[in-house]
Amino acid sequence: MSPMFYLYLSAVLFTLGAVGVLLRRNAIVVFMCIELMLNAANLALVTFSRINGNLDGQIIAFFVMVVAAAEVVVGLAVIVAVFRTRRSASVDDVNLLKY
Amino acid sequence: MPWLTVLGVIPLVGTAVIAALPRERPVWAKWTALATTVVVLALTCVIAARFDVHGPRFQFTEDVSWIPAFGIHYALGVDGVAVVLLLLTAVLWPVVILASWHECEQTRRSVKTYLGLFVSMETVLIGTFVSTDLFLFYALFETMLIPMYFIIGSSGTPRASYAAMKFLLYSLAGGLLMLAAVIALYVVGPKSFLYSDLQNLHLPTADARWLFLGFFAAFAVKAPLWPLHTWLPDAVAEGPVGGSVLLVGVLDKVGTFGFLRYCLGLFPEAAHWFTPVVLVLAVIAVLYGALQAIGQRDLLRLMAYVSVSHFGLITLGVFAFTSQGQAGATLYMVNHGFSTGALLLIIGFLIARRGTRGIHDFGGVQQVAPILAGVFLLASLSGLALPGLNTFVSEFLVLVGTFTRYEVAAGFATAGIILASIYMLVMYQRTMTGPVRPHVEHVRDLSLRERVVIAPMVAVIVALGFYPGPILDIIKPGVAATLQQTHDTDPQPAVQPAAVAPSGGSS
Amino acid sequence: MLTTHAASGVFSVTWLIIAIPLASAAVLILGGRRTDRWGHLLGVAAPLASFVLGLVEFATLVGKPEVERSIDNHVFGWTIVEGFHADIGLQVDALSISFVLLITGVGSLIHIYSIGYMAHDPKRRLFFGYFNLFVAAMLLLVLGDNYLALYIGWEGVGLASYLLIGFWSYKPSAATAAKKAFVVNRVGDFGLSVAIMVMFATFGTFSFTGVFSAVHGADPATLNAIGLLLLLGACGKSAQVPLQSWLLDAMEGPTPVSALIHAATMVTAGVYLVARSAPIFDLAPTAQLAVTVVGAVTLLFGAIIGCAKDDIKKALAASTMSQIGYMILAVGLGPAGYAFGIAHLLTHGFFKAGLFLGAGSVMHATKDEVDMRRFGGLAKPMPLTFATFGLAYLAIIGFPGLSGWFTKDAIIDAAYHKGGTSGFVLGSAALIGAGITAFYMSRVVFMTFLGRPRWEADVHPHESPKVMTWPMILLAVGSIGAGYVLMLGGRFANFLAPVVGHSEEPSVQPASTAGLVTLAAMVVGVGIAALMYLRRPVPAVAPAGSFATVAARRDLYGDAFNESVFMRPGQYLTRLLVFFDNRVVDGAVNGIAAFFGGFSGRLRYVQTGFVRSYALSMLGGVAILVAALLMVRG
Repeated sequence: MSPMFYLYLSAVLFTLGAVGVLLRRNAIVVFMCIELMLNAANLALVTFSRINGNLDGQIIAFFVMVVAAAEVVVGLAVIVAVFRTRRSASVDDVNLLKY
Repeated sequence: MPWLTVLGVIPLVGTAVIAALPRERPVWAKWTALATTVVVLALTCVIAARFDVHGPRFQFTEDVSWIPAFGIHYALGVDGVAVVLLLLTAVLWPVVILASWHECEQTRRSVKTYLGLFVSMETVLIGTFVSTDLFLFYALFETMLIPMYFIIGSSGTPRASYAAMKFLLYSLAGGLLMLAAVIALYVVGPKSFLYSDLQNLHLPTADARWLFLGFFAAFAVKAPLWPLHTWLPDAVAEGPVGGSVLLVGVLDKVGTFGFLRYCLGLFPEAAHWFTPVVLVLAVIAVLYGALQAIGQRDLLRLMAYVSVSHFGLITLGVFAFTSQGQAGATLYMVNHGFSTGALLLIIGFLIARRGTRGIHDFGGVQQVAPILAGVFLLASLSGLALPGLNTFVSEFLVLVGTFTRYEVAAGFATAGIILASIYMLVMYQRTMTGPVRPHVEHVRDLSLRERVVIAPMVAVIVALGFYPGPILDIIKPGVAATLQQTHDTDPQPAVQPAAVAPSGGSS
Repeated sequence: MLTTHAASGVFSVTWLIIAIPLASAAVLILGGRRTDRWGHLLGVAAPLASFVLGLVEFATLVGKPEVERSIDNHVFGWTIVEGFHADIGLQVDALSISFVLLITGVGSLIHIYSIGYMAHDPKRRLFFGYFNLFVAAMLLLVLGDNYLALYIGWEGVGLASYLLIGFWSYKPSAATAAKKAFVVNRVGDFGLSVAIMVMFATFGTFSFTGVFSAVHGADPATLNAIGLLLLLGACGKSAQVPLQSWLLDAMEGPTPVSALIHAATMVTAGVYLVARSAPIFDLAPTAQLAVTVVGAVTLLFGAIIGCAKDDIKKALAASTMSQIGYMILAVGLGPAGYAFGIAHLLTHGFFKAGLFLGAGSVMHATKDEVDMRRFGGLAKPMPLTFATFGLAYLAIIGFPGLSGWFTKDAIIDAAYHKGGTSGFVLGSAALIGAGITAFYMSRVVFMTFLGRPRWEADVHPHESPKVMTWPMILLAVGSIGAGYVLMLGGRFANFLAPVVGHSEEPSVQPASTAGLVTLAAMVVGVGIAALMYLRRPVPAVAPAGSFATVAARRDLYGDAFNESVFMRPGQYLTRLLVFFDNRVVDGAVNGIAAFFGGFSGRLRYVQTGFVRSYALSMLGGVAILVAALLMVRG
């Protein structure tokens, strides 16, 4: 099987994630879509590693995972804190930081 | 002994000490500030005394490689021009600290913050005059803005904030043009920032002219040259009087000093090429500033416009490319610091007593405070360049030096002496003479502290009027070196005297 | 050309002549109240000491052979920059020593007089301090051996004049008059300083010897320019048309100030300047003609104003203006007139100082009244004042045998001798001026001392104390004798000749045609005045008067002219410029700031606060970047 198919899948996943971030209002869903984009990137990185026959891509993928885990920790905490004060998980309601 | 480094570090140490002092003891901060600046004064006198007028151009040199990757050095050194400006700085600082003794408690900042700003600024000013590395000079040139910005804004009124912001933006705009020129000079030049490496470059003509403009813009804002002057009246009027003395007395001199040291020294051909434009601007500044001064109703704004007029004369002398003009201009930088400084200090005393800066709110002060009025008259006469007082020597040298090469410009600028007598004497007449106005009758005469403040200024005004020789002797070699850089010689008289006079003034 | 000799003997202490009054001034001004008790004595001693020193130098100078009568005394100097030497030296020669004697001699008398006149002023010692300062500056002006020193003295006397006119500066009129005098003088100073610059650019030196030895090599246009600029300076200091307007206002100062500064010495500095610059003017015919025209115009101008003034001091001031016009006219005539001009200056110093002191004495006796319509018949209570005033009066109108007759006739004669149309016009102007002088001076005497008393009931005129009358007596003696001493046998002309050059004219003949006509003009002038002011009673309130009278009362519209041509437009100009600076220059600056402020204000609305719109803009940005990369690299 050509490695190119993995790249196509990665592109599709990334697009799905991006569309989700742009269209959905629920913070949790937006968050999951970002995770989806990160994992699409991971898939592409691993694929490149395979294509080029070295380990660079896999190492970067591990970095991305660590960053994603840290992001989940901070991000979920923020969402929970926002939900507690606003009784809403909609990203459109969190718009005080403007102008 | 690294004299100049020590000189620059002393105020920094003083600032640190002031910062460490307890906030509840403002008097400690005052005495520390005064002591620091007096030590600087003493050390500067030693440096001036040890300066060898027959020695090399730059003395007390220090040179340490700082950022080798870019050829940046920590290089210091003073020539004659810088020495006299150091002296001006060193004398004015303790005077201003003492003059601000009570004023510093009436700002929105704490006494130690306020005085710390003043003392730290002395380091920066000393640095700009003594650095011989362009990068170091530029860094200090811009650092100067920080303490001055806070000092101007220290009264906290909206007008003061506006004035401080205006000062900052004007200076930054000029400074950025200079930064671009500094970087460009590094790129096209010998990959060094040392002043000694940057002289006598054979730059392409067009490049040199653009670089000249970059430097000129920064200094023209600082000096303020017409039409870039409008920040000065606001800054002088809204800032505390002590800050205004330092602003017009010393900070603005960095601009005219920069003309002489950098604009002429680094780009002689371009400087000549731009001379007609600069002369026109300078003559406009002389007359325009004087006319503005006549029309002002606010004592401080009046003094700001007087300074614009005088800076026009200094610029005229610098760009006359004669030894008389440039020596006169350098001497004028010193004299202007003292005569305008004295006037501003006395106006500060008046404002402190009466609580207003309007000329029309005063009148008849001479009857209730004769010593104050007498000193004010003396300083005013110095401001209008009366012979026997300091400014005359420099103004006359500037005008004569300009006349030998540019008759028309000098002629127009000389008309400024008529206007000078009008703005000074009208100010004196309205504030000091006539019947005693309401609320003026309680104006006290000078206190002991105020007499101590004003005495050195008066002493210098009179002493330099009668015998400016020692100062001129220090200035001469520095000016001669600049004229060598620009490849200029003085014009020779059209007619040589037939017989050599046995004595008396001969050439 | 006269060579200068280095100083020795008594001449090596010439600097003391200046230093003594200067030191005294410093003590009196800085000493404060401590010097109140003895300040006036020190103030009188200083010019007296200088006078004695001057007399000794004069005697020594006269004892020397003629060619050695120019002694230079180098005081100090330094090379300011290469090619620019400021050497301050003092030059004693016939011209300067004459002035020294006038300044210190007449000056000392007026100092003594002031002890009495200022006795009740709480700031008397300050007055003497300023007076000494004036004497020192005036001496520097005449003794300096170069134009720079002259200029320093020139401005110094201006300062002293400013301080003394404004001595009672709590009076707004005095403060204004002082400022006006200084500012108008500055216009003249502008001319003088530019003249000095031209000299430096042309000759490379300021010294009299250096400039004068080189004048033959300069082109006439330059010399004419220098001459005209010097004339502008002279006009300012000597109150000549068109810079005459300050002198009448200057009478706001105390009367001794008017006598010393605004009659005898300072205002004659312009005459000194022209005479001193003789080598320049002799080669600059255009400038010389301008000098004579200014002199002739001013002598008539002042005389006409003098006819209409009721204020005794202003009448005398107008007369001063007119008499200095004679001197300027004389020195403009070249070698023929220098000696006469300076001689008239010296005799005028005596009789005009005497007149002013007399006027001061009258004011002292009548509670500082200056309106002559409130005098009348003062000869009886004040016989000494009347006698001295009368002698000075006879001198100024040119009564035969008195000093003014010798010198003024000589000037009129010299003007006619110039020849040509200009000589006739100038001579006739001087002749008519002499007639008018006789009229207005007679008017002053008749209204003040003769006729019926018109003073207020509570005024009790009395003779002044001795300390005031003795100086007046001595000046009256000078008014009588100075003419004989100076003019008989051309003595003074010969004395001055080494400095200003020899005159080809024979010494003056008192019985010349011009002299007789002048005498007739004088008699007519006195006669008309007698008809108008002796035969008829003088009204206490000035009558409306004809157009000419009104014009003369208003100083021939000199002030009105300055006001409408310079002052008002100047005020409008400064107001306009202040508006321009605030609105246009500063407006442009603030406008740029406002533009960026407004633009940024709009731009910030892009920050909506919606996370998803930020994400969209990021996506868009990335897409644009990728597209750009592909286009460039692809």
